[in-house]
Amino acid sequence: MNKKQKKMLYRIIISSILWLFFSFLKVEGILKFILFMIPYYIIGYDILKKAFKGILKKQVFDENFLMAIATIGAILLKDYREGVAVMLFYQIGELFQSYAVGKSRKNISELMDIRPDYANVKIDGEWEKVDPDEVEIGTLIEVKPGEKIPIDGKVVSGTASLNTSALTGESKPAQVKEGDEVLSGCINLDGLLYIQTTKEFTESTVSKILDLVENASSRKSKSEDFISKFARYYTPAVCYSALFLAFVPPVVSLILKVDPQWSQWIFRALTFLVISCPCALVISIPLSFFAGIGACSHEGILVKGSNYLEALSKCDTMVFDKTGTLTKGVFEVSEIKVNQGTREQLIEYAALAESYSSHPISLSLMKAYGKEMDKNRISQIEEISGHGIKAIVDGNRILAGNQLLMEKYQIPYKKEEVDSTIVYVSCNQQYLGAILISDVIKPTSSQAIQQLKKNGIKKTVMLTGDQKKVAIDVARELNIDCTYSQLLPDQKVEKVEALLKEQSKDGKLAFVGDGINDAPVLSRADIGIAMGALGSDAAIEAADVVLMDDDPLKIVQAMRISRKCIRIVYENIVFAIGIKGICLILGALGFANMWMAIFADVGVMVIAVLNAIRVLYTGGYHGKK
Amino acid sequence: MKKTYKIDVDCANCANKMEMAAKQTKGVKNAVVNFMTLKMIVEFEEGYTPDTVMPEVEKNCKIVEDDCEIFWKK
Repeated sequence: MNKKQKKMLYRIIISSILWLFFSFLKVEGILKFILFMIPYYIIGYDILKKAFKGILKKQVFDENFLMAIATIGAILLKDYREGVAVMLFYQIGELFQSYAVGKSRKNISELMDIRPDYANVKIDGEWEKVDPDEVEIGTLIEVKPGEKIPIDGKVVSGTASLNTSALTGESKPAQVKEGDEVLSGCINLDGLLYIQTTKEFTESTVSKILDLVENASSRKSKSEDFISKFARYYTPAVCYSALFLAFVPPVVSLILKVDPQWSQWIFRALTFLVISCPCALVISIPLSFFAGIGACSHEGILVKGSNYLEALSKCDTMVFDKTGTLTKGVFEVSEIKVNQGTREQLIEYAALAESYSSHPISLSLMKAYGKEMDKNRISQIEEISGHGIKAIVDGNRILAGNQLLMEKYQIPYKKEEVDSTIVYVSCNQQYLGAILISDVIKPTSSQAIQQLKKNGIKKTVMLTGDQKKVAIDVARELNIDCTYSQLLPDQKVEKVEALLKEQSKDGKLAFVGDGINDAPVLSRADIGIAMGALGSDAAIEAADVVLMDDDPLKIVQAMRISRKCIRIVYENIVFAIGIKGICLILGALGFANMWMAIFADVGVMVIAVLNAIRVLYTGGYHGKK
Repeated sequence: MKKTYKIDVDCANCANKMEMAAKQTKGVKNAVVNFMTLKMIVEFEEGYTPDTVMPEVEKNCKIVEDDCEIFWKK
């Protein structure tokens, strides 16, 4: 609790004790009035002052005014106990709200707390802690185990494993060694690292992310706009209704020559005023969004605004880029077809023959082989351009390449009818077999698509610049509804525009890409989701939602959080307006007393705030919080 | 030009009122108040400087909500 809140707590305690004590005293008349004025003043002086100031500034319809009128009204009706109680409960509610909001503000900031406090810089031969803001590019900084890397840079010496979870939500530590680029915000788990900074603090990853998340809740959603508009009309409307309730029925009664029951009607009007405060709505909706954005960022999902979180929950069409999004975007050995000999031998010969090349295909072969290679076994390497490689391995003449190579050397090979890249391998004119290399689907892609369909995505579309056959194969495996292949980047934009036209009015279209040359599509879609964007400024710039790592399951996670967030927002809107509406009607009819009115104001607010905080606890997809 | 200021205000509705008041101040193109992060982002119109506009913004905010603060002075 801060100082202001503590002071309020004391005021509440003192005045409630006095209030209780005076309630049991059997005094009447002017003495009772004077006694009850003491706790009333203690608890309500600031409200009265604010209400008075408000009137002077012609700003009448605020909560202070409402509370002042309601309590003074009760006192004038000689209901001193009730008058003080209303003020007391109002202040308790306010205190609770301020405490709860402060607490959740702190909780959420802690979730996003990746801001490094200091950097270790050598000054006059001594390592000293300085403000990261003051560190210039190219400075050598020291990061000890347990410390946060404060600024982006390059490891000069040392090795360590880094916890990147603050940035990516990924719990597996990443290993870094000399020469590796490291990002600020990662936590050094074990080794001592010396890092040369390559960026200024304000340009570093951690600053960019913080900036983005902190500004996110400033982009307001439609629900928030609705509530602020609603509040603008609601409070005056209730005040005029109260005025109407206080005067019209008694005056009508007077005209009809029946008992006007002034005090009863005025009391009902006061009840009205107490119920009227729009705080529950006004606080809980932005709080829900703030919590939603916080929960997302904790999972390595950066949402750039409440409006995007809202749009994401309404998303029913999801368009994917293929390469780098659903597939890994790197080549891997997908299949080995042995004709003669063993699988191991086939891959070993191919890898050895290609071991001097740095072509992606060669790299994938070496990766598939996976063992250290003794390069002394290889000699007379000859690269035949457009065909493949000819080399002597362990005294055997190895050919590894495409069908042209096989035909050139008249190897009796078996032609493979697939669309992926094929490396045929022969040994001393004997055909050993073929190695199929293709861009592999990410292990979680299929599950992600399935989960997305469960979470309300009606249509999945895949766009790719690849060949039709490859595209169809991937789409079939992942169970994607619709595929467009052989598209140039600008044709992808056209396709997305066509799909946007087909959208129903309420449904939203999201495009998921890896941020490489699909920035125009990202900005054209209702929601642009860039994945694996860590360190890529262009993608962070163009996208509305940024996934820090490249796991497609994160999209599901983002959708789940957004849907829960929106559900809670609607719950709160319906609940708060509903309860207040009912209490207003009951109050007008004379069924609601002051206590019910207090519940409608403070109670509803407390419940709405607690409900909003629930968004924070949307369980992580991988079972972590 | 856009600038972000730290603010202090107690209730969410008051924050909304401050936003309205800031928006209507002369020289302010747009203003957003973020109650959760307690920040006010003010976009100034061409030809106006924060030094001349911010006192007005503060004055207007104080009218709608007496108990608020904008930390714009350096």
